[in-house]
Amino acid sequence: MNVADPTEEVVSHKDPQHHITSTGTYYLIFGVLLVLTAVTVLVAFVDLGRLNTPVALAIAATKATLVILYFMHVRHSTRLTWVILIASFMMMGFLFVLTFADYLTRGLLTY
Amino acid sequence: MSDVPHGHHPALKHHFEDLGQQHEASTLGMWVFLTTEIMFFGPLFFAYALYRSEYAEAFAEASHHQNWKLGVTNTAVLIFSSLTVAMSVYFAQKNRRKALVVALALTLVLGIAFLGIKAIEYHEHFEEGLFPGSHFTYQSPLAPRVQMFFVLYFVMTGLHAVHMIVGIGIFTWLLIRARRGEFSLEYYGPVEVSGLYWHFVDIVWIFLFPLLYLVGRH
Repeated sequence: MNVADPTEEVVSHKDPQHHITSTGTYYLIFGVLLVLTAVTVLVAFVDLGRLNTPVALAIAATKATLVILYFMHVRHSTRLTWVILIASFMMMGFLFVLTFADYLTRGLLTY
Repeated sequence: MSDVPHGHHPALKHHFEDLGQQHEASTLGMWVFLTTEIMFFGPLFFAYALYRSEYAEAFAEASHHQNWKLGVTNTAVLIFSSLTVAMSVYFAQKNRRKALVVALALTLVLGIAFLGIKAIEYHEHFEEGLFPGSHFTYQSPLAPRVQMFFVLYFVMTGLHAVHMIVGIGIFTWLLIRARRGEFSLEYYGPVEVSGLYWHFVDIVWIFLFPLLYLVGRH
């Protein structure tokens, strides 16, 4: 951009964020999210023993991944965005792992 | 003065090279903010995980008092609203002002519907004596642990509801700007970043729903 010439065209055409996701993709993801919600409910009423909770969380994580990749456009985002996102999950991971490790190794839980 | 036309798109702030860079910077800024939101909700989910592992039976009992039909309806409402939000970005990118306005208005309606259903649920819980504190009159050998579930339920869904209210405020402002024709392929950053916020709040609910409504249902 030329600061000396304020009338110069300033719209940049190099940006990845101008990728336009198709409505077809949006409707498809929407449909899948609704189906997964129904599956979550149906599976909850079936006795899977200790697997009920992990299955429910896995489905929720799948739904979240679809929202992040497609609705939040992360699939077509810059690497910098990916770095921020991965850093966030890592921090969540540290929170859970380290804090649970603290509880589990002090005999404070009665599992 | 900043509102006097002077050679560039009115929405371009002078400390940015061009609209593309401005868009990228504002998107990044929102992602960093969402990271802080993950840190905001994360510990609550941890507390839930901790207490559920300790009070498994009580949490199952408590969860049975949740209206899962209203819960799954609200989940569908929010998923639908994420679609209308994604469509808003699409219409802004396609310079379709009327469609954009409709999509934003629909998002608002769905957001308000979500809060309405939550109000009904909260009222039901209060009537059943499940609201933690002096109004907790629920009788059971596991009552104190059931109360702990409801502390987490009201704090987590309450914080989520506050985020919904803020989101509704943001989208109302977006709607006003959209009606004025402020958004286009050239400049739709505010629609995009507001959408990121809304999707995040949706994702929080996607996890809250099975954890609060579907414990021990088999």
